[in-house]
Amino acid sequence: MPSDSVLRLVWIYPDLLSTYGDQGNVLVLEQRARRRGIAVETVHVRSADPVPEQGDVYLIGGGEDRPQILAAERLRRDGGLHRAVARGAALLAVCAGYQIMGSTFGGEEGQPVDGIGLLDIASGRGAARAVGELVAEADPALGVPTLTGFENHMGVTRLGPGVRPLSRTVVGTGNGDGTEGCYAGRIVGTYLHGPALARNPGLADLLLTWAVGAQLPPTDDTWFERLRQERLTAVRPA
Amino acid sequence: MTQLPLRAQLASALGRTAATLSRATGRGDGSVIGGRVGLALEPDLLRKLARDRRLALVSATNGKTTTTRLITSALQELGDVATNAFGANMPAGHVSALSSAKDAPYGVLEVDEKYLPEVIETTGAGVVVLMNLSRDQMDRAAEIWLLAQKWRRALVARNTHVIANADDPLVAWGASTAARVTWVSVGQPWKEDSWCCPECGGPLDRGGMDYVPPGGHAPGVAVRQADGSVPAAPGSPAGPGGPGGGLAENDWACRECSFRRPAPSWFLDGDTVVDPRGQRWPLDIRLPGRANRANAVVALATAEAFGLPVQRALPRLAEVTSVAGRYTTVEREGRQARLLLAKNPAGWLEAFDVLDPALPVILSVNAQGPDGRDTSWLWDVDYRVLRGRPVYVTGERRLDLALRLDVAEVPFQLTESFGHALAVQPQGKVDVIANYTAFQQIRSEFGRAV
Repeated sequence: MPSDSVLRLVWIYPDLLSTYGDQGNVLVLEQRARRRGIAVETVHVRSADPVPEQGDVYLIGGGEDRPQILAAERLRRDGGLHRAVARGAALLAVCAGYQIMGSTFGGEEGQPVDGIGLLDIASGRGAARAVGELVAEADPALGVPTLTGFENHMGVTRLGPGVRPLSRTVVGTGNGDGTEGCYAGRIVGTYLHGPALARNPGLADLLLTWAVGAQLPPTDDTWFERLRQERLTAVRPA
Repeated sequence: MTQLPLRAQLASALGRTAATLSRATGRGDGSVIGGRVGLALEPDLLRKLARDRRLALVSATNGKTTTTRLITSALQELGDVATNAFGANMPAGHVSALSSAKDAPYGVLEVDEKYLPEVIETTGAGVVVLMNLSRDQMDRAAEIWLLAQKWRRALVARNTHVIANADDPLVAWGASTAARVTWVSVGQPWKEDSWCCPECGGPLDRGGMDYVPPGGHAPGVAVRQADGSVPAAPGSPAGPGGPGGGLAENDWACRECSFRRPAPSWFLDGDTVVDPRGQRWPLDIRLPGRANRANAVVALATAEAFGLPVQRALPRLAEVTSVAGRYTTVEREGRQARLLLAKNPAGWLEAFDVLDPALPVILSVNAQGPDGRDTSWLWDVDYRVLRGRPVYVTGERRLDLALRLDVAEVPFQLTESFGHALAVQPQGKVDVIANYTAFQQIRSEFGRAV
């Protein structure tokens, strides 16, 4: 927690990578922090601007092939996100943003494009598009309940020894090898696209806990829980 | 019209028979099945049916059904018009529309954005109308930058007259390979898909505003940009050196390359249209809201491309009161519910503009195939505008919407069906916004009268 007691959220490149309601993750973090009395300041970083280094939680979302390539180029040139992560900031990277964090990902024609190397993963293009609801059991070490969400991507991601799978898929494709997403240190990557935290408030609280450095008091999860139960019941095999 | 070849005549006739059977048996309006039967017998039927007619193709993410209807109404001043009035906007629907008005010298066809290149090629249409492109049902729709790129390729080296909205950067880019473009300025309230230059990927400066994210923020959250400045409110005026680099409202330009808004010749200015000669005409139309005034300006520019002057086209636009159920009112037990259709974030923004602020509103959201099975887009809509009025939430995905409103701190009441939501209203008027299948469910339960 920073000395001025304001939690700083940094949303990276919403002008390039904000295709599937990615702003939902920002809104959910803001709301869950504020309801626990934590003051929040959110910074939106357009792709022409430098990424500030003093944030507590960074978010990057999903998008089309071309903006994804542009975002990777600009993040590499800028270096601000690398410095923030080296300082110990938390990062949630979603879908196209997740792939960018690795060593390489598939471009418009499937050609390999350099990522920014913050996660030990390598992504390419799969044969078929993975579109639909996803259910996965999170790594028990994280203390996060069953993950639920929606995926829409053609990516296949191989995890290296420097990361751990975020979860094991029950329904859906995820990384393509029975796992979904990954984490290392305070970086979480996932194919659960768009407002992933709206369906997984536990994951939101994990990021907040890392940033605040303390356990959070419980908050009213009525609507989060009703939606989770409805989706899990509708999607999970009986 | 010249006679169709015998095989095409037969294909066209069989298609019409199938359409009649479909309607007679209550299976549908027949516009898709009829076209499919015809196309199966004569794959080149669309080309043959289009030949010797003056055609306009209308494409966009939002407003294509309504604008098709407005242009059709205007061109009826000149003669019979073939049109796919029920929104069957793929080639089977086009075949059906042209078959059922064989002798009409004019045609106005709504065309799905993805199918537009193919339909331009097949029909050789003389006029193509392009209005807006924004995120829409991403689990099954194409990426919109790729769509615009396909439009560019389809328009190259053709003698097509394009009518296009200059205020939408992606549309301007998609249309700018055409030999002849009439640019209209009808605004672009939803800007979240065009903060980057379609040509080079650099940042776009937008007239009168800085970047403002969709969806809003939790109350009490401080928001600033990376340079420390606080974003200006949408629509706030641009001062010299202020937000948007001092550009006028609706203007835009890339900061890194030479791509910028083409100079428009038609303008929407409040409730008025300004024609290319600078003459102002009050837009006296019956359809409500800013989006429909924009659609009307596009229709007038298109009518002029067909040689129909504004003074003859405008009264025809006023004859249109509802389009495939949109803006109609259904009634039950003294409660009148006005139905608005909104299928994506840009559409919700336009629907909010039409709402009567004094009335309660019922929101209904589904996620069936035609709606898109992914509800993520709810987080791109800024629902805070609904604070201060009674809000009722229903539809098959009402819990997704309930959480969205909870996070936006918009008070609401959850109801298990549209019928329940209506029954708990006081007698009188209520507004309804629903997405595609939710809208159709309400119409089929409460009457399809248009």
